[in-house]
Amino acid sequence: MLEQIAMWIMGVGLAFDLFGCIGLVRLPDVYNRAQAATKCVTLGTCMILLGVALRAFGAPDGAMAVKALLCAAFVLLTSPVAAHAVCRGAYLSGVKLWEGSVEDSFSERAEEIRQEQTTEGSVDREETETA
Amino acid sequence: MRWLLCLVTVFAVWMLLFWSVDPWVIGSGAFFSLIIGSLLGAVFPEEMQMFLNPRRWLFFALYLPYFFFYCLRANVDVMFRVIHPDVPIRPGIVKVRTTLTSSMGKTFLANSITLTPGTLTVDIHGQDLYIHWINIDTDDAQKRSAEICGRFEPLLKRIFE
Repeated sequence: MLEQIAMWIMGVGLAFDLFGCIGLVRLPDVYNRAQAATKCVTLGTCMILLGVALRAFGAPDGAMAVKALLCAAFVLLTSPVAAHAVCRGAYLSGVKLWEGSVEDSFSERAEEIRQEQTTEGSVDREETETA
Repeated sequence: MRWLLCLVTVFAVWMLLFWSVDPWVIGSGAFFSLIIGSLLGAVFPEEMQMFLNPRRWLFFALYLPYFFFYCLRANVDVMFRVIHPDVPIRPGIVKVRTTLTSSMGKTFLANSITLTPGTLTVDIHGQDLYIHWINIDTDDAQKRSAEICGRFEPLLKRIFE
């Protein structure tokens, strides 16, 4: 029974991963693609790891279940941060939004950040300041 | 205090990863968490001390299923947009204000926003969050804040502030 549930969870997780990849191809620009990539792939991967954990509970060695759950927690914590860094970096280095975009409130702030970076000359200082 | 907390956290992760009470595992775990704790204690977030309070754990436990529900909804939403033949999106970057003040709270809010329906945090500056929204459906700033931050703020406030 546990085995079947684990397999179903892994299957659904794989499907989410697949849709994340399709999104990566079909959506128009970096920012939209990052959306598909982070959301679908994070949940998909977490569900696969959850399936692994469920299967491992039945096995004699329970260590794998704990490891899988820990990995899921790490993925959940790090993947949004990575997406955030990619998007911020893309914007600051001048990647334009898709032409169908309806609004862009970040342009002024991005200009400010660029100004600060050129006057202070150090990317690190800016990074610690906003963090 | 924060050095000790960092050390304990590292040691706990080590023990969970090995999942055994062999004296060698405990000994080497203590050794490495001493090294890592002394190296990284200075950058360990000060606010983690709040987690010594069990009430915050309770709210955190409440927050997780709530968050997973929205995470699942986000995935179905993105899935729908991706397989729809016209790719129905109306993207753009909007600016919303949050009422959270602690940096841990804001970090968790930004991460939660990134993993929930159609929104991705691009930058945080003070109380302003710059959000890339895949389908902007309202021009009212108040409504936007309510829709993006409103569902997490009450719980996060109890956890982190």
